[in-house]
Amino acid sequence: MTLSVQDLRVYYRTLRGEVKALDGVSFDVADGEILGLAGESGCGKTTLGKSLIRMDGRMKHVGGRVELDGENLPIGDTVKMNPFRFTEVSIIPQYSMSAMNPTRKIGRMVRELLDSRGVTVDLDELHRRLDLVELNRDVLGKYPLELSGGMKQRMVMVISTLLNPSLLIADEITSALDVSTQKAVVTTLKGFRELGFVKSMIFITHDISLTNQLADTIMVMYAGKLAEKAPADAIVNRSRHPYTQLLISSLPEVGVRYAEKKLTGIPGNPPSLLNPPVGCRFQDRCPLAFDKCREEPPAVEVEKDHFVACWKA
Amino acid sequence: MRQYFGRKLLIYGLTFFVAVTVNWMIPRFMPGDPVASMVARARISDPEAVAAMQQYYSNLFGFDQPILAQYFNFWGALFAGNFGISIWAYPLPVSEVIMDAVPYSLGLLIPSILLSWFVGNWAGALAARRKILDNTVLPVGYVLTAMPYMWIAILLCWGFGVVFQVLPVAGGYSFALQPDLSWEFVWSLFQHWLLPFVSLFLVALGGWAIGMRNMIIYELEADYSNYLAALGAPHRLIRRYAFRNAVLPQITGLALQLGVLVAGALVTEIVFSYPGLGSLILKAIQNQDFFLLQGTFLFIVLGVLIANFVIDVVYVIVDPRTRAGMAGATT
Repeated sequence: MTLSVQDLRVYYRTLRGEVKALDGVSFDVADGEILGLAGESGCGKTTLGKSLIRMDGRMKHVGGRVELDGENLPIGDTVKMNPFRFTEVSIIPQYSMSAMNPTRKIGRMVRELLDSRGVTVDLDELHRRLDLVELNRDVLGKYPLELSGGMKQRMVMVISTLLNPSLLIADEITSALDVSTQKAVVTTLKGFRELGFVKSMIFITHDISLTNQLADTIMVMYAGKLAEKAPADAIVNRSRHPYTQLLISSLPEVGVRYAEKKLTGIPGNPPSLLNPPVGCRFQDRCPLAFDKCREEPPAVEVEKDHFVACWKA
Repeated sequence: MRQYFGRKLLIYGLTFFVAVTVNWMIPRFMPGDPVASMVARARISDPEAVAAMQQYYSNLFGFDQPILAQYFNFWGALFAGNFGISIWAYPLPVSEVIMDAVPYSLGLLIPSILLSWFVGNWAGALAARRKILDNTVLPVGYVLTAMPYMWIAILLCWGFGVVFQVLPVAGGYSFALQPDLSWEFVWSLFQHWLLPFVSLFLVALGGWAIGMRNMIIYELEADYSNYLAALGAPHRLIRRYAFRNAVLPQITGLALQLGVLVAGALVTEIVFSYPGLGSLILKAIQNQDFFLLQGTFLFIVLGVLIANFVIDVVYVIVDPRTRAGMAGATT
């Protein structure tokens, strides 16, 4: 078991109170597993990703445990967490385009970063990995602004995985890319796992069709809670949670002319996480909602590895 | 690279031309007649002699020629290195009068500009992200930067010169001394230099500290800082990167502030009767000394332009982004 998250609660401190962005999420990621994390914006995907590596100043670890390779991750303590970062848990951030210091040559930045972690640069290994993502070795002597967006993205992917972390968090890394580049990124990430650069991975995206190409398991979140978690094909073909079903049915299909048939979304908006509703958080938008939804549905295993938090499932 | 500097030099050349032209025009459009005041100074009552003197001086300074011819003559003389003869210090040439004053002004300006820049940036960087320091440096910085130059100068004069009576308040050195290379003279020079220096230094300091504090906070929130922190890089490395990137706008700021600082120095010199260019300008205006006024303005314009050019060069060295902009991106 690589990663085990138990009842994780992370709140944002704001002037109007606590925003319960992550309110009791439990899941496991096995060795070599790629977990796709999907959901609409504001559902807590990025909060979850950040919680596992570095919380920002407004985030507060309220409850729950995180274990990585059998060791407890002190996610609420930014100082104690430091030895785990980069070596055990690493991240490819949402902002790859601006993730590198603009006034340092890339090679020098990598060297200074590794030096500061007490690791000497293995240049051969670095070159090998650059070849792998089809980056010219010259990039190490360049400034970030001399690289194209896609090149920067690949460079950041190489840097983040350089110390072979156990867990890699890829946070919305394909959002700013065109479709063909998205495909290449997905292929590269798969390659990283095959070559053992990373043991397991959490791939955060709002693009459920892209997740399907990469992930072994897909976890759908809604309003800070787990809605459904199942193997990728089960989510796509046999989803049980009404939110997942609506999410998938709102995807456009190839070959359908939407001039004739209007593409529908999910009506309504996610609830405010400042004062989330009691019970199921999807109840206001759910077509199947009934009285029992006033109570909170537990995540139950309806078949093997298929967890659903819904009374109707 | 050559194209970049070529363009810059062209802009500087143009600025120089316009500034010098305006400097030439200002004294000539001032009310008053310098020749008349010179003649009056001679206290001659014989009208024939007065007329002769007037004609002699008008001819000497070229005031008898049409205004356009005066303008072209001025440029011609300028390229020959001739700034004309001072009316106030007649018959000394303007260049000599200015050269006497320049060391005092530069001795005041260069240390105060550079030192306030370094200390201000250092204090600002230190204050960012440290609550207690931030709560002290910031208000003090605002108070300092809002102070008018002459006001703080007068305050210092009053405090150290009148109340405590520890430092002299006027002149470049003690009136009892003759300039020479003795310790006594150097000490006197230093004592007279201290208060004007401190007043210039303090006013500029606040602005740099505030600017740097804000820039550092911005850089520490930047994506690259977050990325490094997520990869467990120590604060030391992140702060070093942030400082280097935050200093860039401060360098531009220095270029922009130079003109203001020079003007501030002029006012400060007048308060302390410091024998630099500021006092010279005051005397030139009081005596309607066209040529001295032109000369000092020219010198200040040249100084500011050269300093700006140096900063342009420094910027290209420290920021790779300007370099890439010059050459076009390479793939």
